[in-house]
Formats: sequence, structure tokens, C-alpha cells
Amino acid sequence: MDSVLLSRMLFGTSMAFHIIFATLGVGVTLMIFFAELMHWIRKDRDYGVMAKRWTKGFAILLGVAIPSGTIVGVMLSLLWPGFMEIVGKVIAVPFQIEIFAFFLEAVFMSIYVYAADRLSSLMRIISVAIVAFGASSSAVLINIAHSWMNTPAGFQLTEGRVTDVDPWAAVLNASMPVTSKHVLATAYMTGAFVLVSIAAYRLLRKASSAAERTYHKKGLMLALAVALLASIYTAANGHDTAKMLHNEMPLKLAAAEGLFETQASAPLAIMGIPDPEQEAVVGGIEIPGMLSWLATGSTDGVVQGLNDFPQEEWPPLFVHTLFNLMVGIGFSLIGIAGFALLWSIFFRKRGFPAWLLILLIATGPLSMLGIEFGWIFSCVARQPWTIYGIQLTSNAATQSGNIGILFFLFITLYIVLLVLTILVLKYFFSRNPLQRELTVSNGEAF
Amino acid sequence: MTEPYIAILIIWVFLFVYAIAGSIDFGAGFWAMYYSDRETSATVLANRYLSPSWEVTNVFLVLLVIALVGFFPGAAFYMGTLMILPFSLVLILLTIRSAFMVFSFTVKKYTKALVYISGITGLLIPALMIAVLPVSIGGFIGGGERQYILFNETLASPAVYTHVGFGLATELFLSALLLSDYARESGSEKAYAIYRKNAVILGPVTLFFAVTALLTLIPEAPWMVEAMVDVWYLFALSLIAAVIGYSSLWWPSQSAAPGRPRAGVLLIVLQFGLASFAYGYSHMPYILYPDLTIQDAFTDPVMFRWLLYGYGGGLAILIPAFYIFWRLFMKDKRYLQAKPEEENQY
Repeated sequence: MDSVLLSRMLFGTSMAFHIIFATLGVGVTLMIFFAELMHWIRKDRDYGVMAKRWTKGFAILLGVAIPSGTIVGVMLSLLWPGFMEIVGKVIAVPFQIEIFAFFLEAVFMSIYVYAADRLSSLMRIISVAIVAFGASSSAVLINIAHSWMNTPAGFQLTEGRVTDVDPWAAVLNASMPVTSKHVLATAYMTGAFVLVSIAAYRLLRKASSAAERTYHKKGLMLALAVALLASIYTAANGHDTAKMLHNEMPLKLAAAEGLFETQASAPLAIMGIPDPEQEAVVGGIEIPGMLSWLATGSTDGVVQGLNDFPQEEWPPLFVHTLFNLMVGIGFSLIGIAGFALLWSIFFRKRGFPAWLLILLIATGPLSMLGIEFGWIFSCVARQPWTIYGIQLTSNAATQSGNIGILFFLFITLYIVLLVLTILVLKYFFSRNPLQRELTVSNGEAF
Repeated sequence: MTEPYIAILIIWVFLFVYAIAGSIDFGAGFWAMYYSDRETSATVLANRYLSPSWEVTNVFLVLLVIALVGFFPGAAFYMGTLMILPFSLVLILLTIRSAFMVFSFTVKKYTKALVYISGITGLLIPALMIAVLPVSIGGFIGGGERQYILFNETLASPAVYTHVGFGLATELFLSALLLSDYARESGSEKAYAIYRKNAVILGPVTLFFAVTALLTLIPEAPWMVEAMVDVWYLFALSLIAAVIGYSSLWWPSQSAAPGRPRAGVLLIVLQFGLASFAYGYSHMPYILYPDLTIQDAFTDPVMFRWLLYGYGGGLAILIPAFYIFWRLFMKDKRYLQAKPEEENQY
């Protein structure tokens, strides 16, 4: 294998690993904030215990999120030196501010955890709000750099030299607003769905006491409400993303949808496999005019197809499948969450039946898969470019050998850490059963 | 002062802070392992220091890398290409170390594993990092278009070993000194005696390696030695600070054992600052001799200005945040007198 492909595999795997922890870091901190808020409004101790247990889980995840974030940060320079040379001149500011956002998050996290008993409830809510704000800012700041790779702005590249640098134009690039909202909304929804899964799993096991069941029910409903709101927002935002792609990256849109011929009233192909021989999506369902409506706002708008672009600039066509999986998961999650919420309204007394709880358990893993598919789609559908239209991935990659052995070392590291994290989480929560925390009279102390 | 020099000065500040914080952090890990079976008071002390500090130390590493990419993208390109193997190893070791730091707070049975992991990585990580220094003085880069480190030449060079020796000696000396201060602060005279003894032994060892590192530079980097002679007074001041700092271990004190470790730490940090500034100054204008100067590697001037604003703005937010932090944890008696098992669980 050549070193460019190996570099992509190594970096892709590292990102796929880090994104699990980074996404949960953004989503779960928001949920802790909401739990604290509920605790304050309702004066219900269950929500205080909830915030505390979610915080402990978050702190364990942070033990992997910080070093894996360090890895991807440093690895950018190791594997993509050509790319980072342009980044340093054009889009270094968001990376720099991200460090301060992280500092802020870490400082207020310590204050929230260690000084909880000395803070008033309002101060505790403010601290955890700053933690959530820091985590969300980090996500937006890193996404700014990512959006800039898709719709580069703020510089000229003449004969390999970077000139006319305008850092603000680079930050405020065309895809930044819509993709930042997408990253935030999906992180909130994933964090919330993971907590939905855990609560649903606990409710499914009959062994728990009445107090525990009430607690898990509260957690489930809080997380479900946030998850549903965030996933509905994500769907609406998807429509804006289609419009942005239509205007800024028509080739990426064409590859995502498997559209070969430029046409008015373009159909939306759901599933199926794009076949370059037949120039059509084979085996999918087509909704006439739907893609035109999504991209242009009118069912007879013209959407550009793959054939408008030289074939060597096409991304791999399997991105259509990744895109479909991401969107399919998103809509299934809205369906499950919406149905569960309606059920709880109409059948208040009956509680959730086992089959519905099983569906709810699936939401967390599904949502995380959606995140992974989405990131892989976004980066693979940008190929063969690292900076769209400006720098080819082959020019960004390192020229050094030895990537194969590094790939092996890092993969081993990630597997070990993933297993250890799960073991540590299991160990902690079985050693500190909920029942005990619910019955301790002094619920405020951390 | 021109813009590249302002930028390299900022990089030096980050590097200096990371070197000090990292030395103490990694050194404490080593001491905790070294005394794990014999002197529990020394181990407990080192571990108590380690728990809250590694995270901040780690942020400084990322800050250093990001600052290098922003200020000197050309250097990031060069270093990234050349140093891919040592840096990747550092990353792997660092990740294992940090993960175990957090895990062992939660699962007590990992504490034993953590002691060994943080002790061994506490020597390996700094050794790998400091090896970058002699490689950047030139002579170890091969290949035309596709450049790489000549590992055989590097491993055969005495400068590499004297630098690594110097790095490790400094790390252990500095951490022993700081831990002796920390021991006295927390009233553990037994641990104080242990760390003071180590500092007494390691002081001359550090000086020995510092001198040999300079001597091995003479044949390998005459251009740098010439520049060093020009700033001899900085090295002289650094030597004076070292001698006074070392002597502080015998200064009279109110406690049973002699020594004023607080003064020692400050003077040795000052010594380290002077020496590393003089070393870096003599390295100028090269980042990598003779291929890359700070002017070649410098970022776009517009970007440079925005990065400066960024650091200004970031500090304006962080300083009040740290003030609140300090008031809550350093001044509040309710926290300082908490029982040991209640602290640093996160």
C-alpha cells in the first residue's frame, strides 16, 4: 500500500476513535447542564444525583478524550505536513482559540466537581454552563477548520505560495454556518440518545426498586426530549446543507445522491448503488423532483450531475451509501423518539413496553453510527482533495515511510483503550449503585 | 525586534513552561515508581502532586504544537516529516499514561499498574523529546527530495547521548527539588529527607551532563558554539544561579533538616530559563541547521498579527478564570484541609 492511503487510514481511524469521545463530551456536558437546571427548578434530588452520575461518566470519558485529542492534533502535522503548512498561514486562529476554550472547560469542570459543596446552586449551574459552552465552542472551532477544507476562502495560492491572507474570510467561509449548526445539533442529539439508551436499559431490567425506576424514568424523559428536539433541528438543518452543497460543492452533492446527468426536476435516490456504467443508481427508490426541491427549493430546479465534472475529480461513489445511512439513521431516530414521547403522553399510566424500551436502547449506538457515517462521508466525498479545489490529498500527505507500523501500533492502542474505558465505566457504576446514592441523605456533596 | 523573533520568543516561553512542568510531572512519575516498594511516604507524595497537574501539562504540549504550526508553518512541515517516528511513540506513551491517570482514580486496582506506567513513560517520553534537540543542530538529515533522519548517524553521535543524559538529569533533579518543597509544605519531613538527598546527588550530575553536552557540540555544531561564546555572560549567570540554588539545600531552616527548597526551586528554574534562552538564542536564526531558518518558516504577517490578538484575548478570558480557581482551591481552607481521599478524584 502506498503511504498516502496508509496515512488516510491511520488518520481516519484516529478521528473515528476520537470523535466518539469528543461528541459525547459536547452532548453529555449539555445534558449535565439540563439536569442541574431541572434540579434547581423542580428542587428534585433525583436530578442532582443524575447530574453527579453523568458527570462521573463524563470525567472517565475525558481521560480518553484528552489524549486522543492530543494525538489527532499532533498527528495532523506528522501525517499531513503539506496541509498544515497552508493551515498555519490561513486558518491557525480557530485551532489556537480552541485551546483556550478547552482550558476554560477544564478549569470550570474542576470547579464544578471539586467545589460543588461550596457553591450556591446558581453558581453551580453557571459553572456547568461554562463547561458546556467550552465544549460546544471547541466543536465549532474545530469544525471551522473542517468547513474551510470544503469551501476554502481567505487566501490565494499562486505558484505554491500562499498570498492575500484574510483570516476572517477563512473563518467565515461559505459552509461554516450551516455545518457548525449540524455538528452541534448532532452532538447534542447523540449525547442525549446515549443517555436514553442507558436509562432504557436500566428500565428493562426488572430487578430495580421503585425509587430507581422513577429516577431512570426521569432521566429517560429529559434525555428523550432533548434528543427529539435536536434531531428534528438536524433534519431541518439538513435541508440547508443540501442548498449549501448545491451552491458551493455541486460535485459533492451529486456524489452523495448518485446523480449522473445534470437535470431539472432531479429525483432523490434512496439507497441503491450508483453504477458508472449505466450512469444511474441501481436498485434504489426514486422520489421524482425531490432532490431539486431539497437543493433549490423548487421541484423543477436544475441540479448538476457527476458528468459535469472530470472523472478524476469524482469522489468514490460509495459515499452515496454512507450518506443514505446517515440520513436514514437520522429519520429513524426522529421516528423512535417521537413515537416514544407520544406513547408516554397517551399511555401515562402503562409505562413503556419492553419492545419500545429495546428500540430506545438502540438509539444511542445508532446515533453514534450516524455521527461516524457522517464524518466519513464528509471527508471521503471531498476526495481527491484535502483542501477542495486547491490541494490534492496526495500533495498534503507525508513522504516518510514507516506508516504501516505506526498504523498497527495506534490501532492496538485504540482497541485497548476502548475496552479499558468500557471496563472502567462498568466497574465504577457497579461499585457505586444508584440505590445507595438515592438513599444517602446528603445528596449535595460530590 | 522583527516579527519572526517575537514569534520564536513566544515559542520559547511555551517550550520553557512545558519543559519545567513536564520535567516535574514526568519526574514525579519516576519517583513514585522508584520508591513504590520502599518508601510509601515518598510515593504518596509524588502521586498526590501528579494527579491534578498532568492535565495542565498536557495542554501546554498541545499549545506548543499549535503555536509552532501557526507561527512557523514551514517548521511544522519539516519537523512533522522528519520526526514522525519519535513523535508518534511519544503520543502513544503519553496516551497510555494519561488514560491510566484517570482510570486509576476510578478503579483502585489499576493504581499499581499506573505507578509503573507513569514511572517508565516518565523516563522514555522526555528522553525521546530531548533527542530532537541535537538532531536539529544539523548533520543527521539525509536524502534529497524525500528527507529523513539518519538513524545510524544519530545513534552514533555522542551529542545525542549527552543531551538525553542532560534532559533526564534535569528532569529528576528538578522534580526531586520540587517534591522536597512539596514535602516540606505538607509537613512530611521523612519524604523531605528522601527528596533532598536525591537533589543533592543529582545537582552535580546535571552540571556534568550540561558541560559534556556543550563540549560534544563543539565538533558537531561549530556555528552554534561560536554564537554561544557571544552570550557567555548568560551562561555565566545561569551557572551562578545553579550554584546558589544548589547551596540552598544546606541553608538553615526552622525545620529539623536543613535546606530551603522553595528558594532552590525558584533559582534552578531561573537557571534553566537563562541557560535555555542562551541555548535557543545561539541556535538562531536556524530552526534546523542548515536547511531552515525562522525567516523561511515564518507564517503570513497578517496571520501573525491575528495570532497575537488571539493570545491576548485568550489570556484576558483565562486570567479571571484562573483567579476564581485559585481562590477556590489554593486559599479556601475548607479545601486545603480536606481528607486525602476526598481530593483529586477527577
